[in-house]
Amino acid sequence: MGVEGIGARVLRTEDRRFITGKGKYTDDMTMPGMAYAAFVRSPHAHARIVRIDTGAAARMPGVIGILTGKELAADGIGNLICGWMIHSKDKTPMNMGQYPAIATETARFVGQAVAVVVAETRGEARDAADAVEIEWEELPAIIDPLQAIAEGARQIHENAKSNLIYDWEIGDSAAVEAAFQRAAHVTRIDLVNNRLVPNAMEPRAALGYYDAGSDHYTVWTTSQNPHVARLVMSAFYNVAPEHKLRVIAPDVGGGFGSKIFIYPEEIVCLWASKRTGVPVKWTGDRSEAFQTDAHGRDHVTHAEMAFDGDGTMIGLKVDTIANFGAYMSLFSSAVPTYLYATLLSGQYALPAIHCNVRAVYTNTTPVDAYRGAGRPEATYVLERLVETAARELGMSPAELRRRNFIRSFPHQTPVIMNYDSGDYEASLDAAMKAADYDGFPARKAEAARRGRLRGIGMSCYIEACGIAPSAAVGSLGSGVGLWESAEVRVNPVGTIEVLTGSHSHGQSHETTFAQVVAERFGIPLANVSVLHGDTDKVQFGMGTYGSRSGAVGLSAIVKALDKVEAKAKRIAAHLLEAAEGDIEIRDGEVRVAGTDRKLAWHEVCLAAYTGHNLPPGLEPGLKEGAFYDPTNFTFPAGCYICEVEIDPATGRTAIVQFVAADDFGRVINPMVVEGQVHGGIAQGVGQALLEACVYDRDTGQLVTASYNDYAMPRADDLPSFKVSTTETICPGNPLGMKGCGEAGAIGSPPAVINAITDAIGTNEIDMPATPEKVWRAIRASGLAEAAE
Amino acid sequence: MSRVELTVNGRSVAREVEDRTLLVHFLRDHIGLTGTHVGCDTSQCGACVVHLDGRAVKSCTVLAAQASGGEVVTIEGLAAGEDLHPVQAAFREHHGLQCGYCTPGMIMSAVDMIRRYDGQLDEKTVRHELEGNICRCTGYHNIVKAILAAAGTMRQEDMRAAAE
Repeated sequence: MGVEGIGARVLRTEDRRFITGKGKYTDDMTMPGMAYAAFVRSPHAHARIVRIDTGAAARMPGVIGILTGKELAADGIGNLICGWMIHSKDKTPMNMGQYPAIATETARFVGQAVAVVVAETRGEARDAADAVEIEWEELPAIIDPLQAIAEGARQIHENAKSNLIYDWEIGDSAAVEAAFQRAAHVTRIDLVNNRLVPNAMEPRAALGYYDAGSDHYTVWTTSQNPHVARLVMSAFYNVAPEHKLRVIAPDVGGGFGSKIFIYPEEIVCLWASKRTGVPVKWTGDRSEAFQTDAHGRDHVTHAEMAFDGDGTMIGLKVDTIANFGAYMSLFSSAVPTYLYATLLSGQYALPAIHCNVRAVYTNTTPVDAYRGAGRPEATYVLERLVETAARELGMSPAELRRRNFIRSFPHQTPVIMNYDSGDYEASLDAAMKAADYDGFPARKAEAARRGRLRGIGMSCYIEACGIAPSAAVGSLGSGVGLWESAEVRVNPVGTIEVLTGSHSHGQSHETTFAQVVAERFGIPLANVSVLHGDTDKVQFGMGTYGSRSGAVGLSAIVKALDKVEAKAKRIAAHLLEAAEGDIEIRDGEVRVAGTDRKLAWHEVCLAAYTGHNLPPGLEPGLKEGAFYDPTNFTFPAGCYICEVEIDPATGRTAIVQFVAADDFGRVINPMVVEGQVHGGIAQGVGQALLEACVYDRDTGQLVTASYNDYAMPRADDLPSFKVSTTETICPGNPLGMKGCGEAGAIGSPPAVINAITDAIGTNEIDMPATPEKVWRAIRASGLAEAAE
Repeated sequence: MSRVELTVNGRSVAREVEDRTLLVHFLRDHIGLTGTHVGCDTSQCGACVVHLDGRAVKSCTVLAAQASGGEVVTIEGLAAGEDLHPVQAAFREHHGLQCGYCTPGMIMSAVDMIRRYDGQLDEKTVRHELEGNICRCTGYHNIVKAILAAAGTMRQEDMRAAAE
């Protein structure tokens, strides 16, 4: 490792623009003649549009145009799609309702777009949007997924067969039943995985521009995957042909999954620009973000785990209902199936697993991938079950886990995944040591003397990242391949531009990707720049999600670097009159191994471009591209330990210690990796203690649609974290990386809840464990009296 | 319409704007200083914090007309040319930012916090004082570290200045 290479704690090159206010986010973009869009949205969770009257609004100052779903349909703009086909266990395809970018006949959730106003200023657009008159016929709203699939429930989509989207299963139910028949002990649990709102700090925004002169379209948008946006907008939504559409995702202020999807607003801005003849910008406000960004999680689950007489896990069965909201969002169908049930083996050698998932429509905001996407839900089921079982069996939670850890690799689970590497005991040991687990009883006793209930909980998670081998996901229903592309352009002076299909919106690619390149040729980090987020610059890309940028995106870069290195060596061998196999490149020099014959790196690069003296038949230039398709998922894993103190008088939980020990494979920049874990833990703690997305059960109104009502984790809700890594190298990709972006959000919720249930002595508590819920649980368990 | 005259980062600016124009939109839309961000509509996230007459304010909660005559410092005006303010430098040094969106407001709040406490800060105080700034990326861990480090640096600089 050099001072700036792989493994070095390099400060970020992207920081300067952000700390000086020079970042360029979508809402920062302006164009001459630019107008502003404001959306008219449904105030009802379920209602038929009887009539839209835009007359008065159209006469208001500054109004350029008002467009509805009628014009959208007339222009042939297609409905939103779901890109992953899931078949029910009876082989029928998923039950997809029509999702127009602007509702034409019926609105099915509060906030659904019904019309758009384009006006000269932000304020004028808003005023006119408020003046659009809509006559509604309210319909009964269904909020509860169980009610949605109850006998006689009203259909949310007239054209869909029922509110059940699919009834899917995985695993061998006969083997599981046999295991339960011979079990010495069965642990059962009922869980709700609470619905969350992603809340990237930058609200979504889009600026669409149609250039009639060249018949060309450009859209700046808050996207994690601009190429996917271009593909979907052209191939499915018919907004613009792909070769005439440029999608730019400039600086993006956080995504967490919510900016993967191609939303109505960016489609409409681009379409409206052509319709009105002016560039059209829309910037969501926070209320719109709450109402229209795809939400996350929202599962109701019953799970049972069977053990034999010595605490060995012999079977797991899980039954989950997943609330999809009113429409199927872009990747929604994959989240509670192939990103969830395939992880239910966790870190354990479970011989038999069966999982049934029913996906359901309700009159709520669509639900899709949010940091972790399916894997936090799987980890929550498994790790609450295991901790509960340990208590029932009278074993220590660590011991029960150790007894069941997978210890040899590769390991084929009963639910598709083939784990390639790992050392679960190492992360468990590291976490227990860092947490001083053995010292807990003394700390608990000391807390009790202060009238506080102290608890400790752990969670050993696994996730599947580096999504994913294209042929494998294709066979499971994915509409796209999940490779990544890269291009390495070496300039005549030896500096290098890397173009990547991964997108960085906080992940630090501009630094970490450059570290890998700098190390390869021994050149300064400052001589490498990383470009991303512009479909006119980067040839293609599948984008950033599922902790894939390192394992897949960087692997594509490494593949391109291999080609650059091979060509540079060929040129150098020719110039130095040596055999190609004897050339080595390091420390910015290209030398004949074991001799003093050498050229500077930039001399070889220059020679490639002058073309004066190249090997016969070799093309000039030094620029290579690569596509990398992974051979397997990667399997980051780790152990999280949370210690809490609860005030029995108020029910308030304070996290007094949080420890994370993660195995991410090879780490490029430990500082960046730690930052990813910190942020993930905060989101996981938010889910466990604070964040609840609440709908009024009668009206379907989103009650928590602002920061007044939705409890975001603040600095004083959290402690400083103790994070560390253990390392087993991933054998599946050239750098041995596994991915680190989602781990924190996956591993932490069960650790927090296990600590709380340990403290209060009852398992009956759901997330978020608010003071009120904890207080009531303490009252119910009788611990309050004991503490007083 | 209102005529708004302000000194922004040492430069005098004057514009005719709609009466309802917020200070943040005045800065972003009318004079092109887009470093100040809008992250919510209820004055809670703090992405829009600037200094008005030496005090940190949420510029989404101040009308431009209200601020007229005042002196505004935004994130763009914090560094002295190429030299970063100690809080900016500390955010970079301690990886106190990821996506960068909340960062301008965080830094402007932190500068104000350090000034109000005369650099005498501890972790608990910093966490409490950050109540009005939301970050979704960092879990606050490195932001807290950065602010404590910057407070130390600024204290030392003050002591050095006093000694000279």
